[in-house]
Amino acid sequence: MDIAIQISNLDLFYGAFHALKNVTLAIEKKKITALIGPSGCGKSTLLRALNRMNDLIPGCRITGAVLLEDKDIYGPGIDVCELRKNVGMVFQRPNPFPLSIRDNVSFGLRVAGRKNSAGLDEIVEESLQNAWLWEQVKDKLETSALDLPLDQQQRLCVARVLAVAPDVILMDEPCSALDPISTAKIEELMLELRRRYTIAIVTHNMQQAARISDYSAYLLLGEMIEFEATPQIFENPKDKRTEDYITGRYG
Amino acid sequence: MALAFTALTSLLLIAIFIFKEGVPFIARVGFRDFLLSSDWRPQAGHFGIYPMIVASLLVTLGAMLVGAPLGIACAVFLNEFVSKPVTRVIKPTIELLAGIPSVVYGFIGVVVVAPLIRSQFGGPGLSMLCASLILGVMVLPTIISISTDVLASVPNAYREGALALGATRWQSVHLVILKAARSGIVAAVILGMGRAIGETMAVIMVAGNTVQVPRSALDSVCTLTAKIAMEMGSATGPHRQALFAIGVVLFLMIMMFNALAMTAIKKRFAGK
Repeated sequence: MDIAIQISNLDLFYGAFHALKNVTLAIEKKKITALIGPSGCGKSTLLRALNRMNDLIPGCRITGAVLLEDKDIYGPGIDVCELRKNVGMVFQRPNPFPLSIRDNVSFGLRVAGRKNSAGLDEIVEESLQNAWLWEQVKDKLETSALDLPLDQQQRLCVARVLAVAPDVILMDEPCSALDPISTAKIEELMLELRRRYTIAIVTHNMQQAARISDYSAYLLLGEMIEFEATPQIFENPKDKRTEDYITGRYG
Repeated sequence: MALAFTALTSLLLIAIFIFKEGVPFIARVGFRDFLLSSDWRPQAGHFGIYPMIVASLLVTLGAMLVGAPLGIACAVFLNEFVSKPVTRVIKPTIELLAGIPSVVYGFIGVVVVAPLIRSQFGGPGLSMLCASLILGVMVLPTIISISTDVLASVPNAYREGALALGATRWQSVHLVILKAARSGIVAAVILGMGRAIGETMAVIMVAGNTVQVPRSALDSVCTLTAKIAMEMGSATGPHRQALFAIGVVLFLMIMMFNALAMTAIKKRFAGK
């Protein structure tokens, strides 16, 4: 098993609230790992711990280790901007910037100091193609990204992440704002991206986790209850609580 | 409802009153001779307000050169780089600036800023530069409080999106947040301009009040508002009407600024 991110004994607090309790989890390279569980179980918090987006929340405290390529991302000497380039993130609601489509895709490269040049255009095209958006937008790269339909906005957000060539892509309920047809497109895209990227996804949708993920982790009240290969967890869960949740008996 | 109409009615009455006195006068003197002549000698029947229009516009422009960068920078700082509790203390304090009587600003201008300009740059001290500096500070509350509101309304998703792509805080502000807030900030600056061009007391005290087209920022100037305030008490006949006509010009200028600000704000919400 080739590990992309090793999470060891991770505890996370929001002030006095213990949001993640001693979570240990290995995210395998070039696989899709799904984090599932009821609302408030800490799955988004766990995902956001992987690119240190929780740093933005005042009063957030973390102990334990998150190793990315054997380096603790909470250790000393870590450049958070560099980390976030390696570990990209797609959010729940599509959040393209109020800029042109081209400037959205090239954003990550420009903040990294790349000047506008021919090379940049090629990366923009390649990223849009890999996000299956190129055909729809190639004639209107200079128009505002906010004019795109919602599912194309979300694929633009994927393209924006692909442009900075990350190793890992985190997806925080990427389909929850989309209709079923758009959802199917994003899922198909994720399966395609799995060839080259490690993906961790938070989802509320059991069927989605079952359809696309290789591994699933079930979280409940900040604890990781079970972490197994997806068929295993859906067909033959070891823990009673996991079984209750996936069969819909929870809550 | 009735109260709202009271406000509306008084606005309407003021407008009608000023226009009734002013417009026939402009028609009689002639549009060109009134707006574009530099000859202001009411006793001789010459009513050219060109120097005062120029003075008002330049003083306002100067005030914006001082107030806009300072105000926008302050709003960005308060909204993006300072923790919420600190903002909650600083913002009301800034808004308090708006409550200081303008005569006090003028006073500071006369005893502090003007002597400083005189000793550092020469000239009379009471000048366009002095008026611009004082007005630049006076428009800060307007620009800062509208700009911080605009920045606060920029969705957090933009900040997160930018940071998640490896942007620094500062990059996320100037590449994304300011772009998203641009039209709202433009509106804030335009409203500040409206405030600056209409300000009277502080300007009378610090601008020097010489009717001339200024050749440098150190020259003494007389703005439209200053002219009305200083001469209304003693003016009679056509002179008095001329002052009303200046009021018409000011009224239209401020209306124009507000209309511009409104369009900028509307554009912003249409873009969402």
